Amino acid sequence: MIDFSYTIWILLIPLIVFVVTGLTGNRFKPIVTGIIGTTGLGVVFLLSVFTAYKYFFVLDKVDGAFQRLLALNFTWLHLTDKLHIDIGVLLDPISVMMLIVISTVSFMVHIYSLGYMKGEKGFARFFSILSLFSFSMLGLVIATNIFQMYIFWELVGVSSFLLIGFYYERDSAVAASKKAFIVTRFADLGFLIGILVLSYTTGTFDFITLTGPNSPAFTSGQGIMFLGMSTMTWSMLFIFMGGAGKSAMFPLHIWLPDAMEGPTPVSALIHAATMVVAGVYLVARMFPIFHHQESALEIVAWVGGFTSLFAAVIACTQYDIKRVLAYSTMSQIGMMMLALGVSGYGGEDGLGYMASMFHLFTHAFFKALLFLGAGAIIHAVHSNYMNEMGGLRKYLPITHATFLIACLAIAGIPPFAGFFSKDEILVAVFHHNKILFAMAYLVAGMTAFYMFRLYFNVFWGKDQHYHHTPHEAPATMTIPLIILAIGSTFAGFIPFTKLVTSDSQPFETNTEWGIAIPAVFIALVGIGIATMLYMKKSETSKKISIALGGFYIAAFNKFYIDQVYLFITKKILFNLVSRPIAWFDRHIVDGAMNQIAFVTNVASDKIKGFQSGQLQQYALAFVSGVIGLALLFTYLWTN
Amino acid sequence: MTTNQFMFLLFSAVIVIFSLLTVTSRRILRAATFLLFVLVSTSGMYFLLRFNFLAAIQLTLYAGGIVVLIIFSILLTSHINEKLSIPPLTKRIYAAIAALAGAILCIVTILQTEFVQKVFDPTRVHIRTIGEGMLSTGKYGYALPFEVISVLLLAAMIGSIILAKKRKD
Amino acid sequence: MFEGVPIHWFLVLSTTMFFIGIYGFLVRKNLITMLMSIELILNSVCINFLAFNKILFPEHLEGMFFTLFIIAVAAAEASVAIAIIINIYRRLVNIDVEKMNEMKY
Repeated sequence: MIDFSYTIWILLIPLIVFVVTGLTGNRFKPIVTGIIGTTGLGVVFLLSVFTAYKYFFVLDKVDGAFQRLLALNFTWLHLTDKLHIDIGVLLDPISVMMLIVISTVSFMVHIYSLGYMKGEKGFARFFSILSLFSFSMLGLVIATNIFQMYIFWELVGVSSFLLIGFYYERDSAVAASKKAFIVTRFADLGFLIGILVLSYTTGTFDFITLTGPNSPAFTSGQGIMFLGMSTMTWSMLFIFMGGAGKSAMFPLHIWLPDAMEGPTPVSALIHAATMVVAGVYLVARMFPIFHHQESALEIVAWVGGFTSLFAAVIACTQYDIKRVLAYSTMSQIGMMMLALGVSGYGGEDGLGYMASMFHLFTHAFFKALLFLGAGAIIHAVHSNYMNEMGGLRKYLPITHATFLIACLAIAGIPPFAGFFSKDEILVAVFHHNKILFAMAYLVAGMTAFYMFRLYFNVFWGKDQHYHHTPHEAPATMTIPLIILAIGSTFAGFIPFTKLVTSDSQPFETNTEWGIAIPAVFIALVGIGIATMLYMKKSETSKKISIALGGFYIAAFNKFYIDQVYLFITKKILFNLVSRPIAWFDRHIVDGAMNQIAFVTNVASDKIKGFQSGQLQQYALAFVSGVIGLALLFTYLWTN
Repeated sequence: MTTNQFMFLLFSAVIVIFSLLTVTSRRILRAATFLLFVLVSTSGMYFLLRFNFLAAIQLTLYAGGIVVLIIFSILLTSHINEKLSIPPLTKRIYAAIAALAGAILCIVTILQTEFVQKVFDPTRVHIRTIGEGMLSTGKYGYALPFEVISVLLLAAMIGSIILAKKRKD
Repeated sequence: MFEGVPIHWFLVLSTTMFFIGIYGFLVRKNLITMLMSIELILNSVCINFLAFNKILFPEHLEGMFFTLFIIAVAAAEASVAIAIIINIYRRLVNIDVEKMNEMKY
């Protein structure tokens, strides 16, 4: 037995860094804070890698499966013997994998931010919140029970809120951070309900009990039906609602594009690689239970598939490069959800689960790389809009090369990472449902198209008029790009079937060329179309968009989902619910209180006259009282 | 009418009349003088009840001590010719109603009550009896109240000195 | 029975005196006259005590001792009261009870 209790430091170091830099932020030079934060994350990165090495290669397997280890567990709130909330560190394949993902991306983003955020006003604040985020995200993945997960889930939401609203002097950033917070909070309400229903029916919060082979979740809560689904299905759906909110699944996705108001490294870390996949992680974490609830899992698959297609369509029409990437993220996360939704449990059947985790892993690398590359581009040309860019490949050679690698990876061109994971997803979907497969296949092609549309628009074509000649980013920014590019290139060769599977049992799988070749083919088609349309500036793309007419306009306007939300909230909720409640509150509740206060005030105004300070009035009252009492006792109350 | 009855009525008349004058006189020094008459008549009442020692104390302490004290303080705080203002009518009416109501209530109660009256003992209380009572600790002994009163008097004396002393500030 | 003077007479007298004192306390504005009213009240109580003692319970001297103590307390009270009055006079230059209302609400 290997002692893993040191893993608590993976949590504590970012927390300590957060507290220290948060409290002393303005005392030191900003760069000192940055270095403290980066060093802390570096240590966390090393610890995570070390833990992963020990977990996957040193620790003995039990019956050929990776163990689920409680590296540390103690009771935090002891309410009753049955109801207690624990805090601890749970190590199993997916949590160790997430540790690697989070610490790597976070470390890279920290280094990158040293260059990107240089000279910003809130430099120290930025780094301390970044540490808070790392702490919460790491705590989320190693949670031993669903309640601990919920706590860190909310902490992640808070740090995301703080980072999106980093430029709080900008109205749009404030609005975006509020939007992100409110939408995810709304989803988390569902999550909380799900947790309560689940733990009420099963009597435990603990993941190991809940997802073990003899889980109470498999047996209890099946009898009571509501709208044709059992209690357990409902609880899973509510939990999925929380996950969908964090992972920006349709229809709770509206916050993610706006969240791009935050600094670009934040988008890379939170809104591409780590926080937004928390929903996928949540479903994966609860997967045995989901798998037991067929209808819930089916909904996960369809929501994932639909979001994936929906976001891909929008991504093809956007001009803001960060928004393109945001919709691309939604699309890819939709793919992960889809893979989870079609997965079976155990061995080969669990291919979708494995593929989802695999894609999560590789996606973290190339999407972080894309965002950081976009940051470098924005850094160079001071614009977010791709139609104000062009010909940048000459000025930004490193960014160009790494960006191209990332694009190839996300498009699914072998041998880059995305190919392997996406292929596995397609295989899993193919064996489950042909309609979903068609959607996923289409998405794969569109992904290639919009990524290369972006690529060509930015790096090829004619030079635009820039404020100054674009220059390559400093080394602090390019080194993370290069490291992530290496990751994006080679991450696909990691044998995930041996490491991360639904039942922790390694299994063998062969590349199904029957699916892989068409997948590569459609990716190449997408790239080809993009090359034709955008490599040289031409009018063809405009013509096509005009030809598409209403559909293009709708997609360009994100299918008016924001407007629908605004209509529902402002027109319907505000007018029909909020206003009457507000009126009731103001006039009835407050009115009653005010009336009480008013009456008290008036009464005391009258009464205080009695305490006139006139001794003889007091004496008169006293004498009258005595006489009154004497009368009472001599004549009235004589028994 | 016996001598006792006559003396009682005489003293009562003096007490009631001068009490009323004390509380109504507009010249404060006169009020103090009327109070003196009341106190002296009260002392007479004590004599009538054969409490000669107490009557003497009443004369010396009240009439001789407290009234002199009051007169001194009057002289310190008021002008000799100053007339007190007449209290407002409402105030007088309220006070009169309260006092009358109380008095009537008490008197009615008193007159309705039957008392078991003992045969009158005309002997005077001997000083020796008083002294022994004061210092006795047994039943009907008053050593403790006596001591307490002595402490009280001391405290009152010191307190008065401190209060009446001129402050530096 | 005290040779033609029943106890009721004493009690009525003391009651009258007592309520005259009360009346004086309620209407007089000058602190010293209020003090005099208090002396009236105390004296009426003394008469009461002594009458009870002599006519109802002549075998002991409780009433007499009470009166003695009342006189002592009255002396103490008068001295302290007059000290306070003089002090007030020094500060406010009058001893009108109606002017002393700084502690009201």
